[in-house]
Formats: sequence, C-alpha cells, structure tokens
Amino acid sequence: MNFEAFRKIEERAFYALVAALGLVVLAGLGSAYYMETHGHVVTGMTNQIVWGLPHVFAVFLIVAASGVLNVASIGSVFGKPMYKARAPLSGLLAIAMLAGGLTVLMLDLGRPDRLIVAMTHFNFKSIFALNVIFYTGFFTIVAIYLWTMMERKMHGYSKYAGFAAFIWRLALTTATGSIFGFLVARQAYSSAVLAPMFIIMSFSYGLAVFIIVQSFMYAWNGMKIDPTILRRMKNLLATFVAAVFYFTLVYHMTNLYFAKEWAFERFILLEGGVFTTLFWVGQILIGTVLPLAILLHPVLGKKSRAVFLSALLIIAGAFSQLYVIIIGGQAFPLDIFPGMQQSSSFFDGVIHAYHPTLPEFLLGVSGVGIALLLTTIAVRVLHFIPQDDFRQISTEMMTD
Amino acid sequence: MSNDVDNSLNDKEQVNPRRQFLGWSAAIAGLAIAPGVTLFDLAHGRPADEPASSKIRWGMLIDSTKCASGCDDCVSACGKENGFSGMSETDSQWIRKIELKDLRTGNSHSLPMMCQHCENPPCVDVCPTGASFKRADGIVLVDRHICIGCRYCMMACPYKARSFVHQEIENQNPDVPRGKGCVEACTLCVQRIDNDLQPACVEACSSKAMLFGDLNDPNSEISKRIATSATTQVRADLNLNVGIRYQGI
Repeated sequence: MNFEAFRKIEERAFYALVAALGLVVLAGLGSAYYMETHGHVVTGMTNQIVWGLPHVFAVFLIVAASGVLNVASIGSVFGKPMYKARAPLSGLLAIAMLAGGLTVLMLDLGRPDRLIVAMTHFNFKSIFALNVIFYTGFFTIVAIYLWTMMERKMHGYSKYAGFAAFIWRLALTTATGSIFGFLVARQAYSSAVLAPMFIIMSFSYGLAVFIIVQSFMYAWNGMKIDPTILRRMKNLLATFVAAVFYFTLVYHMTNLYFAKEWAFERFILLEGGVFTTLFWVGQILIGTVLPLAILLHPVLGKKSRAVFLSALLIIAGAFSQLYVIIIGGQAFPLDIFPGMQQSSSFFDGVIHAYHPTLPEFLLGVSGVGIALLLTTIAVRVLHFIPQDDFRQISTEMMTD
Repeated sequence: MSNDVDNSLNDKEQVNPRRQFLGWSAAIAGLAIAPGVTLFDLAHGRPADEPASSKIRWGMLIDSTKCASGCDDCVSACGKENGFSGMSETDSQWIRKIELKDLRTGNSHSLPMMCQHCENPPCVDVCPTGASFKRADGIVLVDRHICIGCRYCMMACPYKARSFVHQEIENQNPDVPRGKGCVEACTLCVQRIDNDLQPACVEACSSKAMLFGDLNDPNSEISKRIATSATTQVRADLNLNVGIRYQGI
C-alpha cells in the first residue's frame, strides 16, 4: 500500500474513532440531563447507597489520572530517558482522565447547576473542598509541565515542573484516599491506610492505562515497541500490582484483628454476594493473580500482546476493587448501636441493595469517553507519540 | 396613651361627663388589651433580625422505657410538620423508629432516631461548600441555597440521619422549604423553636418520652434530668457530644 492510500484510511479511521467516542460522551450528557430533570430517583442510588456507579468511574479516572503521570515523573524527576520520551503522552493522559473523572463527578451532583457555588464557597476543613483545589492545581501544573516539555526554550525548567507535578500528584491522591479515610463512622473506611493505598492503586491503574494507550498508538501507526522498553514497563507494572495486593492484605488483616470489624470482613470476604465475588474473582484473580502470572512468566512476559492483556485485566480488577470499596462499603449497614440487633423503616441493620440503572452507567462510561476523546484529538493535533532515543536507553541499561 | 391625652385636656377644660366616660372606656380597653399584646409579643419568640444565641444549646432527652414499640406518633407528626411521607429507599425520613434487641440479654428497646445535633458534627466537617452548618444554639442545619447535592455528609453521618431529595416535591410547607437534589435532615423544627414552640415530635409524643429544652440552662428540666439520671449518647465513642440524649438503653 502506498503512503497516500494509508494516509486516507488512517484519516477515515481517526474520524470514525472521534465520532464513536463523541457518541459515548453524548449518551453520558443525555443521561446526566435525564438524571437532573427527573432526580436521582431514576438511578439505583438511594438514601442507603448514596454514591453509586458514577463514583466508581469517577474515582477510577481521577486515581488513574494521577498515576499515569508517574511515567513522566520517572523520566523527569528520576532522570530515566526511556520514560522521558513518554512524558508528554503521560501528561496529556493525566489531564484528559482527570477531566473525564471530574465531569462525571460534577454531573452526578444533586445540583450540577450549582458548580459555581462549589468553586466559590470553600469549607477548608472539608477534604472534598481541598480536593477541588488539588484538581484545579493539577490541571495548571501539568499544563505548565507539558509546556516546558514541548517548548524547546523551556526545556531547562522541565525538571522543576516535573518535580512540582510529582509532589502535587502525591498530595492529590492522598486527598482522594482521605475522602474515604476520613469517614469516622463507617466500618469500611475510617482508616489511615486508605490514603497510601490509593497512591499505590494510582501507580498500578495509571501505568496499566498508559500501556494500553501506548500499545494502541503503536499499533495504529504500525510501529513495534522495543523489547527492552516493554520489559522495563511490565516489570514496573508487576511491582505495582504486587504492591496494591500488599496494601489490600494490610487493610483486611488490620480489620480482622479488630473484633468490631469482624462482621464487616465476613461480609466482604465470605457472605457479601456480588461484593465477595468481585473481591475474589474480580480484584484478586483477574486483577492480581492472572496479570502477575502473565507479567512474570518467562515467555509470556516478553510478548507485547500478553502485556497488553494483563494491563486490561488490571483495569478490570481496578473497577472490581473500587466497586467493592465504594459500593460494598456502603452496602454494609452502619452499626449505630453496637452489640444490638437493629431494624427500622429506614433499612437499619440490613444489607443495602444496589441496582445500577442505564443512565448512571452511561454517565460513568462517558467519563472514559471524554478522556479518550481528548487524548485522541490531542495526539492527532500535537505530537505525543513516544520517540525513543535508543543510544540513550542503551547507555541507561548499562549504567543500571 | 389615649388616657393621658384625655387627662391633659381635662385640666384645661371643664369636666364633661361624656368625655370622661370615653376616657375611662379607653383606659379600661387599653388595660384589657395590654396582656394580650404582651403575650403576642412573647409568643412571637426571637425576632427575625436577632441571631441565634450561643448561650442556648437546644437538646432533647428521649426515655426509651416510655417509648412504645409500634407507636410512631413522632414520625407522623414530623412528616406532617415538615411535609414528607413515604418509606421507600429513596424517600426522606428525618426521624424513624428503631427497634433494638440486645443479642446477649434479649432485652429490647424502641426509640426514635434522628439528627443528633452534634457539637462536633462530621457532616459539617466534610461539607465542601459549608452548606452543612451548626447554628449558634446547637441546631445542625443545611443551607439549601449552597448545598450542591454531593451527599458526602450522608457518607459521614454516623446516625444515617440525612436524606437526599430524589425527586420533585409538591405541596411543601412554606416554613420548611425543601428541594430536589439537596440533602436534608431533622431541623429540630427550627421554625417552631424560633416561635417558642416545641418540636412537632415532642409535642406529639403521647407517652411523654421526649423532653426538649436548653442543655446550657442548669435550671431547665432537661438539664436537671440529665444531671440526676444515667443518660446515653449514641456512638459516644466518637466523642461528638450530641444534643440528643437517651435514657434506658
């Protein structure tokens, strides 16, 4: 095929992709309008399960957004050229995913029309309000960081901007984890371990997303990733997946040590129905054991398709994990009178059911749509595809 | 006042029996109306332009030994006063009856549960816009104008006391504005308290299990009862210093 023919097909494919993603975003916006005009009664959310599927998507996107920036941080802050070549794409994905996540979060509000109130009234004791500042700051800092990387004259400042972005993203994910960690009364939350756990989750989800997008871009352009680079990235990914597992272990072990948490742990680990299944099959088997087995396998671990598959499995595990944390944590009833059997017309003492509806699912998916749409357009308009300088990388390999 | 005017006229003019009669009538009428006027003024409670005082801390003492299982007078009175009904998973319930059974002893209780009006309310701490707030007299409220409906307060409340308005509301009580997309909870019937009335639930409780009053006033009945009998704060381990106290659990 000659170049001209390839260019034509490629252009059509680009517009088809943009149109498809645009439809996903439109469906989400339509759902949000439907939810706002009818009220949240059209969703599966209730006065018992107050945060639902949109929050699972939003938290995933926000956590992964901060994590995907790690690729750039490893390049700029820790001076690894292989990651430096990937820094612009990593910064772009970070901005796009955060935008997607925040849109979902904002459109799920009871009063999304009062966004201006959220931007002008701040209760500084609220970690939620601090998150608003962290998110806005993240956009600005990462945008400056991208500028220092893409503008030749600004290259000298790139390291400093990268360092600021790295510190900021750690603070941001600490704050996101603390949204749950600061909930004193709920058995599932109220734990300092959630903040570092969210940071390590962001490392894992973010790198998995990066590998998927990078593989897609390479395939789109008919390029092949260098085996050395692939090996480096998959080893790092395996380390992050293992670290998430470690934190999960610590979280549940701590709870199992406290007699007051036994009922909650029995619920999540043994008797919680969909939550127990999602924990063991979704998070542990699909999201942890299988990807680790693939990534650490001497033959499979070297194949780019296998690495791509394990990144997909990690994302599936991530959604399972967040579903268990966010929905499972609310499904277990509050223990208002410890040691007593409780019942009321307000569903005290019973496991709360949650049946997500189509509008809230579409709203959640549209967050992913927004992230991918922004990435697709930006990659096309600007030059974001990783360009490796192999002389530098081989020097790096020798010095390690 | 009119009496004074009449007297001054009398000094200058010759006594006119008809005028004198009118004067005395006005004075008697004034005396008759005066207590009514004074009472009206007292019943009017705190004027609208006067802020709530931190000298007062409104609270409630609920005696679960007097609270009958199956009785929901307080719940229906609250619904009538504040304009809500329905008990589905998406309906607001500002107050609910909880039936408790001690798993070890088999001892059972029945009690109303609502916003506990904490001194250190977690809902106020977590609210991003400051819509959740505590009034100077200890009542925890939601400012419906700046609530964005994020429901973080509902996640934070240890008592599951808050509800989210899931759909359009009709036939509202003008004194209790509610709105779709906002969070709401027991206001201790702030619209009644400010008019020197008791909360609707307290007034409706036929077994007198609920006592409302000022926790800061050592001479109030509620303070005396709390000083002399064993009372409980629900989830006292959280150290929130709640305004609603229980007896008998």
